[in-house]
Amino acid sequence: MTTPLVEVASISRSYSMRSGMFGRNTAVHAVDGVSLAIRKGETLGLVGESGSGKSTTGRIVLGLEPPDRGDVRFGGKPMAAPGTPAWRAQRARMQMIFQDPLGALDRRLPVAAQIREPLDIHGLGTSAEREERVRELLRAVELTPAHGVRYPGALSGGQRQRVVLARALATKPDFLVCDEPVSALDVSIQAQVVNLLCDLQAQLELTLLFISHDLRVVRQISNIVAVMYLGRIVEIGNADDLFARPEHPYTQALVSASPAPGRRSAGRIVLSGDPPNPAARPQGCAFHPRCPRAIARCAVETPVLAVVGADRQVACHLVTGPQAETRDAA
Amino acid sequence: MGRYFAIRIGRAALTIVLVVTFAFVVLRLSGDPALMILGPEAPPEVIAAFRKAWGLDDPIWFQYLDYFHAIAKGELGRSMRDGRPAIQLVLERIPATLALTLPAFVFKVALGVPAGIYAALHRGSGIDRAVMMTAVAGFTVPSFVLALLLVLIFAVQLGWLPSGGQDSWRHAILPIATLSLGGAAVLARFTRSAMLEVLGQPYIRTASAKGVPWRKVVTSHALPNAAIPTVTILGFMVGTLIAGAVVVESVFSWPGVGRLLVVAVANRDLAVVQCILLLVALTMVTSNLVVDFLYGFLDPRLRAKGAHT
Amino acid sequence: MAPLISIERLSVAFNGVPVLRGVDLSLQQGEALGLVGESGSGKSVTWLAALGLLPRQAKVTGSVRLDGREILGAPAAELDRVRGGRVAMIFQDPASALNPVLTIRRQLCEALALHRDLSGEAVKAEARRLLDVVGIPDAKRRIEAYPHEFSGGQVQRIMIAMALAGHPDLLIADEPTTALDATIQAQILDLLATIRREMGMAMVLISHDLGVVAENCDRVAVMYAGRIVEEAPANQIFADPVHPYAQGLIGALPPLDGPRRRLTAIPGTVPDPARMPAGCAFAPRCSLAAEPCCVAAPSLAPISDGRSVACIRAEASRRALLGMAAE
Repeated sequence: MTTPLVEVASISRSYSMRSGMFGRNTAVHAVDGVSLAIRKGETLGLVGESGSGKSTTGRIVLGLEPPDRGDVRFGGKPMAAPGTPAWRAQRARMQMIFQDPLGALDRRLPVAAQIREPLDIHGLGTSAEREERVRELLRAVELTPAHGVRYPGALSGGQRQRVVLARALATKPDFLVCDEPVSALDVSIQAQVVNLLCDLQAQLELTLLFISHDLRVVRQISNIVAVMYLGRIVEIGNADDLFARPEHPYTQALVSASPAPGRRSAGRIVLSGDPPNPAARPQGCAFHPRCPRAIARCAVETPVLAVVGADRQVACHLVTGPQAETRDAA
Repeated sequence: MGRYFAIRIGRAALTIVLVVTFAFVVLRLSGDPALMILGPEAPPEVIAAFRKAWGLDDPIWFQYLDYFHAIAKGELGRSMRDGRPAIQLVLERIPATLALTLPAFVFKVALGVPAGIYAALHRGSGIDRAVMMTAVAGFTVPSFVLALLLVLIFAVQLGWLPSGGQDSWRHAILPIATLSLGGAAVLARFTRSAMLEVLGQPYIRTASAKGVPWRKVVTSHALPNAAIPTVTILGFMVGTLIAGAVVVESVFSWPGVGRLLVVAVANRDLAVVQCILLLVALTMVTSNLVVDFLYGFLDPRLRAKGAHT
Repeated sequence: MAPLISIERLSVAFNGVPVLRGVDLSLQQGEALGLVGESGSGKSVTWLAALGLLPRQAKVTGSVRLDGREILGAPAAELDRVRGGRVAMIFQDPASALNPVLTIRRQLCEALALHRDLSGEAVKAEARRLLDVVGIPDAKRRIEAYPHEFSGGQVQRIMIAMALAGHPDLLIADEPTTALDATIQAQILDLLATIRREMGMAMVLISHDLGVVAENCDRVAVMYAGRIVEEAPANQIFADPVHPYAQGLIGALPPLDGPRRRLTAIPGTVPDPARMPAGCAFAPRCSLAAEPCCVAAPSLAPISDGRSVACIRAEASRRALLGMAAE
């Protein structure tokens, strides 16, 4: 098996947050011991609610933020120190797309100029070649040169996200981090962008880290899906299989909470309790206060990710439990 | 809670030090007080004696430290012109200034805030447009132009009111009117935009959807929220009570702090200028502190942060 | 049976730009109606207009009858009794839906004082009871707190408590869970279902999420560009959508199980309300559009029991769908 393009080894990141204007500083563990590996041409979907640490993970993977512990390897090599030529070369190979395309674009520049910008920055090609590349990129995201001369304000939300995508692809990156790229779009437009992303990925052999709270979109685009809860991965596995047979109680609740046409709400798992607060992480398994199946052990001991099948890892005492231990012992 | 106060008070003190330092440096660099006060024809030995007497011969950093040392002891220096304590000169003038600025403040609020609220509630109406046009005119026209315009109309043309001096209450009318109109214009515009912002908030729609009559939506839902930004500008206006009438006092020959400042600057009467600036900085900073605490009172989001520890 | 509320030919224009172009809807006592559509389709505007909650610049025409009584353009005092009393409404953004400078108690009691014959201690007791009903723990103490001290899900519960204060016959829930996380969304929808069952209240659930609407409503109306294009019982619209737009919306939704398929994206974008195409507003994006589609806008016409659709190619569209299914 080839080495993964992106390897993340137990990264952690905590912020110091003051509660209120006079409060004492508390450490917020945004990401706590996350490990991931994404093979070339594959898409890893990262799912979780707000405060799960999925966006922070994305930023660390891109090197936009340093991890407190752990490391990120790209193409088998550790990330170069920020600011060095090696780092810049690495950064040209990885790009990012955010939820809000209008915020990511400069309102005072025609979009073609913004797509061209990374080419200028990295000094790729002659002026004529850059022009040609911009036209090619516009075509690739299914926009016309006529769109290129417009300003972001004159484009629709879906078109803006295509522009952001074109700009991200300008330097021919190998790796793309997409943080909720279609969440702000209407369903019909969302489908256009999702299809486009799938096509481009296949054509360009892109490797994607796809971060979203939307299980349907994540499943549509991902090979592997990791579910995060309060800074940790609680379950990871093959996308279709994971959503068809979720093992972790949290994944089960998430899947069950995702409304499906033609099904009535009866039988849905409704979790009690408030959304998780990273500043007040429960002891033991962080999910145990909301878990419908929690046992005494869950409140004391933090479960670790353990292999439970051909393609699945779960961090839950109920799943891995004593059986897992005996299996280990055997 | 102590920490909150400490930070704010520390910041206030720093502001005052910076203002005083700035005034000190600018005044010393912009002209020689000895020449300004004694005149260019004064004999050199008189000038030298004057410099020595006021410590103007010392290096500037020494003068600066000396000045702060004196302030710390509560001494604000003496006027170089007539030798009286600067603070005494300034305090004498304060009542005259307040006689203009206090009534003007009341009129500003009484005129500007309701006009702004009304304009916001009737956005796009003829009255809204009229209020806004007046307001724009009110704060784009400099106060000396407005003052001269008022003089031209009410003193020169109509002869109803005196054009300057301080002999009776009638003399105060035009200066107060000048100050009020400009301030009311600023307040009206500010209140209007604060109200419009609040009226566009979802909670206003929530209140209407609950069946709250519109009048009550305005008074008990919109106004308390719009008050929060408006208090900022009111605080700023309180801060200008002492020295906000420099131009108006000059135009109307009103013997207040503002006119004293103009004269003292022209003469490089350093102690007096610095004394006034210190006073201005103090009132500004104090009113800002008061605004900060009012915020806490008006906005529970800030209050709650304060109550955590 | 006489409907609880019936909307006829409701149209809204902002500065001469039509955003709602003739909506007909009616709701029976206790019924749950879902209103789906993308942003700008007019699903929220319909109900804001019906309740007189749009700004004055909006020009509203048509008719809205509550128990047969016209409320569109009714005097303010009468509308104030309807709003919060007969018809309550909750909104999308929990963070700004409650007044930040007033306590929960003030805001809850305000609604109670307006619509219920209660006074003094009784108001407060009822306010606490309502908080209990919607599942705010420790209501006795929390009632004195301010909105920012609650999480988004809790604020939405408080909004629901406020909506229940006047014992309404109809609750309009405008994207009530869109801003919430998945597990919290499930809680809120669950709460709404329970309350509706216990109080026999009718509900309009406005959402861009087909799944949410399908699971929680009896009947679904799909809106596009200021019109209703299809109306059907919830279970049928997903199994057998007729309007090409409804089909497109369902096809654009990625499946959560079963084999993955390429999403059937609807090409193009929603038309600009200021430059509405002549004829059917969906025609420029419709794969089945024929010449007559661009001439006159089709009206909503019944096609079978409880179903109606606004499409002259409805039969062709249905055949196309059956053809697809047969493949």
